[in-house]
Formats: sequence, C-alpha cells, structure tokens
Amino acid sequence: MLKKEYNAVTYVSGPLLFLEGAADLAYGAIVNIDDGTGRIRGGQVIEVSDQYTVLQVFEETSGLNLERTTVSLVEDVARLGVSKEMVGRAFNGIGKPIDGLPPVVADKRLPINGAPINPVAREKPEEFIQTGVSAIDVNMTLVRGQKLPIFSGSGLPHNELAAQIARQAKVLGEGEGFAVVFAAMGITQREVSYFMQEFERTGALSRSVLFLNKADDPTVERLLTPRMALTAAEYLAFEHDYHVLVILTDLTNYCEALREIGGAREEIPGRRGYPGYMYTDLASLYERAGVVHGKKGSVTQIPILSMPGDDITHPIPDLTGYITEGQIFIARDLAQQGIFPPINVQPSLSRLMNNGIGKGKTRADHKELADQLFSSYARGVNLRRLVAITGEDALTEMDKKYLRFAANFEQKFINQGQNERSIEESLNIGWALLADFPASELKRIRREYIEQYHQKTGKLEELAGA
Amino acid sequence: MGTIKKIAGPAVIAENLQGAKMYDIVRVGNEKLVGEIIRLDGNTCFIQVYEDTNGLKVGEPVVTTGLPLALELGPGLLNGIFDGILRPLDKIQAVSGIFISRGIEVSSLDRTKKWDFTPLKKVGDVVKGGDILGTVPEFSFTHKILVPPDKGGTIKSIVPAGQYTIDDTIAELEDGTKLRMAHFWPVRKPRPIQKKLDPNQPFLTGMRILDVLFPLAAGGTAAIPGPFGSGKTVTQQSIAKFGDANIVVYVGCGERGNEMTDVLVEFPELEDPQTGRPLMERTILVANTSNMPVAAREASLYTGITLAEYFRDQGYKVSLMADSTSRWAEALREIASRLEEMPAEEGYPPYLSSRLSSFYERAGKVVTLAGEQGAVSVIGAVSPAGGDFSEPVTQSTLRITGGFWALDAQLARARHFPAINWARSYSLFLNILEPWYRENVAPDYPEVRTQIITLLQREAELQQVVQLVGPDALQDAERLSLEIGRIAREDFLQQNGYDPVDASCSMAKAYGIMQMIIAAYKQGEIALSKGATITDFLTDPVIEKIGRARYVPEADFPAYKAEFDQMIKTAFLGAVKA
Repeated sequence: MLKKEYNAVTYVSGPLLFLEGAADLAYGAIVNIDDGTGRIRGGQVIEVSDQYTVLQVFEETSGLNLERTTVSLVEDVARLGVSKEMVGRAFNGIGKPIDGLPPVVADKRLPINGAPINPVAREKPEEFIQTGVSAIDVNMTLVRGQKLPIFSGSGLPHNELAAQIARQAKVLGEGEGFAVVFAAMGITQREVSYFMQEFERTGALSRSVLFLNKADDPTVERLLTPRMALTAAEYLAFEHDYHVLVILTDLTNYCEALREIGGAREEIPGRRGYPGYMYTDLASLYERAGVVHGKKGSVTQIPILSMPGDDITHPIPDLTGYITEGQIFIARDLAQQGIFPPINVQPSLSRLMNNGIGKGKTRADHKELADQLFSSYARGVNLRRLVAITGEDALTEMDKKYLRFAANFEQKFINQGQNERSIEESLNIGWALLADFPASELKRIRREYIEQYHQKTGKLEELAGA
Repeated sequence: MGTIKKIAGPAVIAENLQGAKMYDIVRVGNEKLVGEIIRLDGNTCFIQVYEDTNGLKVGEPVVTTGLPLALELGPGLLNGIFDGILRPLDKIQAVSGIFISRGIEVSSLDRTKKWDFTPLKKVGDVVKGGDILGTVPEFSFTHKILVPPDKGGTIKSIVPAGQYTIDDTIAELEDGTKLRMAHFWPVRKPRPIQKKLDPNQPFLTGMRILDVLFPLAAGGTAAIPGPFGSGKTVTQQSIAKFGDANIVVYVGCGERGNEMTDVLVEFPELEDPQTGRPLMERTILVANTSNMPVAAREASLYTGITLAEYFRDQGYKVSLMADSTSRWAEALREIASRLEEMPAEEGYPPYLSSRLSSFYERAGKVVTLAGEQGAVSVIGAVSPAGGDFSEPVTQSTLRITGGFWALDAQLARARHFPAINWARSYSLFLNILEPWYRENVAPDYPEVRTQIITLLQREAELQQVVQLVGPDALQDAERLSLEIGRIAREDFLQQNGYDPVDASCSMAKAYGIMQMIIAAYKQGEIALSKGATITDFLTDPVIEKIGRARYVPEADFPAYKAEFDQMIKTAFLGAVKA
C-alpha cells in the first residue's frame, strides 16, 4: 500500500516542524520526515488541529527546507518492539541496537507511554533488595517496587555507584529472575564507554538491557529514552516474572530537554523556565514502578539526577522528591575526602524501608541498629562543629568516642569502595562500630539485641576490610 | 454531534457541538473518552479530557451528554475506592487488568445489590428536598436516604420495609416524581443547606499538638504545608484514623501510587476506635495518583467535597482530607496553559485563589435541609515548591483556612514527630472554642495551655543562648526552664504514631500531662530555692514518670496521674531531703 505523504511544511523552528493539511494524523503519532535527499528523520505529533499539525523532530532540523520536505506516517503512537531477547543487549535512545547485533525479533509492539497502574492492583512493596552497598542496605533500604532516586551533583561519582548497584543488586531468595534495565539520557561518549566497559567487564551485561542516549543525540530523543526503558521493564516484569531494577541517569538532562521543547513550543513556563506540567511528566515516569497483585515480577527504579548547584530546592530534585519514596544523597564533602560511595545518610531516606526489613527479611535487629547508627552519627557530626569552635580538650571522654565513631562510620562503614557486602556483613560492621560504646549508651536498641550482638560481631578492621 | 478541531495534551477543542453547555460532560473521539466542557467560544468549545488523549484524531466525533459532571450518591459508597470522577477502581480492574485503559464506563454504585430499606415517611407526608425518607444499614453505619435537594412534594406511595436495589423506586410523589435510594448531584455545585452555624466545637484529632495548641473546629478548615519528607501524609492519615468524624473522605490527589496502597492495606486492618469495626467501613477513598490523567485530578477535589456534603446532609460529621491541593493547583495550571490562558504568578491562572476559596468555603458546620446538624471539616495538604511557603498555592490557602499546621523538615530530620513547627503554626479557632474547652476539659484549661506555651517559648529563647555559650553557662533556674521546655517538647508535643497507645490521645489525658509538666516546674523551682541542684531534678524518678505518661492507656491514666501527684510533693529534693 502506498503511504500517504504530506508535504505542506510551513514553518521550522528548533526541533519543531509545522505541517498543513495533515489533520488526519493522530495526536502522538510517529512519523518519518524525508528532507528530499533521502535522509529520514523520525518525528512525533505533539499538537494537531484542522489547520496545522506540530511535529517534534527527533534529530537536528538543519538541512530541512519548506519545499522539499515530506512527512509520512509510521505508527499511530510511539511503540517499542519488546522481547525476552532484549536482555543482554544495548540500544540507542529510541530502541535501535548499537551493539552491532541484528534487531531483536519483537514479541509485541507496546506503546511506550504505558498506562497508569490501577492503585487497587498494587501490592504493598515489602521485599528487600540487596544492593551490596552498606549505607543503602542498612540506612535507606531499597524494597521491590520502590522508586528511590540518587540526588547527586555534577562531578560526583553517581555513575560509578549506579554501575556498582547494577552489578551487585539482587533479591534474596531462590530462583528469582533478576534483570537490570539501564537508561542513560544525554550522557557523554566518555560515560557511554565507561558504562559499556563496566557492564561487559563485570558480566552485568548478561542480565541487563541498556538504552543509551548520548549527549550529541537529538534532544527530543531524551524524552523517549526513559519511556522505552520502562516499557521494556514492565514487559519483563509483568509478562516474564523478572524482578527488574531500572536505573535512569541523568534525569537532569531529561528535564532540560523537556524545557527546551517547551520553549520551542512557546509554552508558558513555570518555575525557572521548566514547563508547568513537569510534575505530571516526571510522575508518568516514576510511577511506573511497583508490585502488582497476581504478577510475580516487579519494577523498582533508581533514577539519578544531578542537582544544579547542589541545590535541593531546584525544581528537578524538588518535584522528584515529592513523587519518589525517599532519596539517596551523594555528598560533595565526603567525595572530596575520597570516600566511596560518598553517601550522606543524614538527608537520605527510604520511605518504604520499614516494610522491607526485620525478621525474615533482613535481620530482626536491623531497624533499631539503623536508628542507633543514625543518631550516634548525628551526635558525632554535631560535636565536630563544637570542636571547630572550642577545640577537642573541652570534650568529655564520651564525646570523644562519638567523634571517633563518626569518623569510623564514614571511613569504614560508608567507604567500602567497589567491594560487595551482604546485608549480614553490613549489619555486623554496624555493630562493630558501636562496640566502643557501653551498652547503656545504645538507647535506641532493646536489650535482647544488645545481648545478642553488642561487642560480639568481630573486630571492625577485620570486618570492614582494607 | 461535534467534531474535534484541535488536540494538545489533555485539552481538546471541538466545533459544532450542538447544545453544548459549560461544564457538561462530553464523550470524545471514537474511544468515547470522558471530557468536560470548560470554555465556550462561538462555535467552538474547549474540553478537558479525563483520559490520555494519545491516538485521537482531528475530525473524530464529540458527543455531549447534556449533563454536568455529577456523582451518583447513595448506599454503596462506603468502603469504596474510586478514581477522580468516582469510577470504582476495583471494577475498572475487573475490566482492564492491572493497568487503567481508556474509555471504560462503570457505574459508581452497585446496581444489583439489595439494601435493607426502612421507611420513615408515610403516604400523605409532605417532604421537601433533603428530608430523610428512610434508612439503610451500611456496615455499622446508618445511611439515611434523602429526598434529592431539588425535589419535594406530597408522598403518593412509599414502599414497605424490605430489600431494594438503588434502581428500584422506593417512593412516588403526587406530581409523579419517582424517588430512588440514590440520586445524582453535580460536583461543582455546593449542596444546599438551611444555614451555616458558628464552628464552636472542636474537631479533635487525637494529636496533642493540634488539639491543644492549634485546634481545628468541626466544620473548619486547616492547611498542612510542608516540604517533602516532613510527614504530611502520615499526619493526614493519622487524623483520618483518629479524628472525631463519622465519615472520612480521603482524596489522594496527584500523589504516589504506593501511598494509596498503604492506605488500602492499612485502613481495612485498622480498628475504628468508635465502633471496633474496620476503619475502612466509614471511609471513602478517592485516588487519582500523579500519573493518572491530570484533568481527573482537577475534578477529584470536587468529587471529594461533594461526597462529604452528601453525608453531612444526613446529619453526620465528616472530615475531608485532601492530599495534596498543590497537585490540584498544578492540574489547574497545566490545563490553563494548554488553553493558552494568561498566567499570573508562577504560571498559575489568575483564578487560582478564587477556586481555592470556593472549594474551602464548602466546609462548615450547618443546619441541613432536614433540620439536623452536620459538619464538613476540610484538611488540605499543601506541597510548597522547594519548601518555600511564599509560593502562590500556600499563600492563597493561608488567606482562606482557619488553621495552619506548618510542617518542618528540620524537625522531621531530628525525628521529632509530628513535625509541626509550634512557632509558625496558628489556629484562628481558639477564641470561638474557648468556652467548649472550659466546659468540657477543665475550667482552667486556657490558663494551663498558656503556661505550656510560655514554657516552650522560654525554652526556645534559652536554646539560642545555649548554642552560643553551652548549657553549663546557665544558672540553675534557667537550666530548669530549659529542661522543662525539653520535657514539654519530647513528652508532650512529640507523639509516636506507631505506638498503639500514644498514637491517639484524649483531651483529658493531654490536660493531665500538661498539669504534670507544670507541677514539675513549680516543684523544681521550690527545690532549687531549698538548695537542690539541677542534677537532683534530672535524676528524680518523677521525670521518667512524666516521660512514660503518654504511653499509659487512657483507662489507667487517672490512677497514674494520682500516683504522680503524690510523688511530686516531695520530688527533686535529693540531697536536701536527706
């Protein structure tokens, strides 16, 4: 069948192209744009009326002219061909293979916008995911079906942490299929090669699906990349019973793209020029995580964003924080001391943590130990400020213990490098850190756990390793 | 029949729609998506569509139903969970599985279930709108069947007690009007009442900091603003559980899906302190999560308040929790911007403030059309961008609501819960409620309350000094004030929502704890003047007794308090005593 072509292009500006006489194109339809030389660009209908249709072009628009450009319909909505064979493969931001292998044979073609999960179909997320990172597993535990973002800043090692989590993450229990869907938006060539090498070197690739949108790829493709990734994740989770961990990096680039498109469409901007619908748009990504009744698989998300100017009140982290269930906070001062991963537990939080820890999930003493570590660390950090003013001589012996504790907590517990630690090991290190204190000082922990673990889990040096 | 002319996100423009009226519900496109007319302009009308518009085409048909967005109100609402336009989510799941697909038509109420109807009126009785025709038991709740507010006349026939569905005619008026157990009411139109009353009774929440320091009146309105992670949702859920209302309507407006699941899992398990039955049986949930269509989010707030008014009209006390009104305002902004309306502050439409006022003004303590008293109390969460209270939604809300409960991220980080900042919060209901407190709690209650506030303020001042020079530089009298303030903070203001006893506190117990703290302060001053030291004060078992007070069950509290009253007489004297 001959495809209908539209050629009344009247206006091109930035990534947008205005077309007349194309009112029969559906809102959201995917089109091909031919510039007359045979070069084909992709595009999507973002506004349609009886007079003109607005297309968002998926590549740069240089070289497009009004006379010779023609547009033809590809699909009614943006779709991704999905298949179980996607695991172990790498794609670009719009789902084309970039690993030199042939395209996957699609089992289904699913609309990438997805549909909202019915709240009554959701199950309470309460199964522990072990990331192998002590600070996360003990202090801000990730559970299946959660969305827990990493709040970072430019120049901080969030990508290394992401790769480490992708490599180490597992669900405890026998025979549970686990997969990682990794979507990168607007990352540099250097980062692309880092991720590709890391995934290949560590063998993580064999259980991963990669979607990589590079910094020099068209901006608008960035809006599709996370949706492609989440569509693949939902398919693997709800049709093939995988527990899928979706890592999205870097949401800041995604939001920049959203703003760029909004600007090109001459929309009325909201805060700091970002579109007024950014909350809804981000929610349509983040809410695609969860556990549902009657399905074995689950979708868990770790979105990563770099806070512009390390400012947590910036619209991107702010809106994210209102949607996601906690945050993992990467701290510049810890990173500067060479601590890896430089996670500051104080502003970090996992809202679903209490559902996923305790007896039968991690260990009975987990919650109280985590509370104790948090409060002792907070006290140690407060004392540092005091020391800066008055000097260490003014401190009591107990105060000095807290100072030592805070230093050890950062150097031994948080600073684990690329080593993987089981939850059992992490908890034992936590107890070893507290060994310096008398039992009476551990006010957040009940007696039975103190009797069982206090000063009984081994020496800190041996547990925490080099 | 009209046709689609333009599509932009949730906004659709149609033309040639015959008989289009403002706020009428229309069916858009071949998939019959639900939409609402929000502007008429010559031959074109602007429609906000309650479902995802991807795949719609210009030229597809638009059909008007000729009716505004209306809810069917009757037995079967309780224990339900609905989307923003009152479609039951469990029935949607039965049709479309775990994901919500589009164009689904399901009835809000169960059409086949038979209810036990008992008539209260007889043939020949003259009834007017809002009168009670009869009753239906729904769980342990008595659902009163109302004459629709816009109907009335002489009863020509009425059915005997028995089992009927909501479609059965239960009564007929002389003019031929047939009445059912359910009727429709448009969401954007407040249900009529006889008159509003002064809100002179408190809406007790079981949270000490609210009930004592910043009380809300039954029929009043309060706003809970707070940055993320400061415990808005936990606070609202706690009020829903323990608040003194017959019916709870909980609107999850643009919030997290997993949070609604929490409510869904938790409420059926929670025992209603009033009846001993599951809390869910007197609760209605309206869930429009952040990724569900934005126009339905805009409607969900009106759906919630209309449900609340319906139960108020039966003579009940209803509390409406809206979490969060900021998401509602953002929906308003999003649609306004798609319609290319002129924006005001931060891109919000200029009518943000008036829309918010007209929503909150639907709260109130009223005399219903049937002559009974009912009340709707509204508690709206606000999520200020960047935690900045100067943003337009918080500011517009503050101008309207009578209570302001400011959540504070710093308190939350210090694990002080509920993280309500007592220096920034306020309540405008204090004066109007004072007589009630004097009569029902204690004649000297307002004075005791003032003393506690003074202690808290004194502590805040001293804290500033301590941060500069350290606690050791203070004199013993000041140390005493500091410690008493700390006790008031930790043992009175803080409340452990996860503890079965402390989660909710009666006014009698709250008053008792306040008296204990004040007595300790007075005895402390006496002891110090006799030469006791601050260490004597801090190590005295009386202090621990105050600390444990909030965990003492209500029934045991009077005895506990009496013990304390004995102990305090000789407390803190330490070395001096010997």
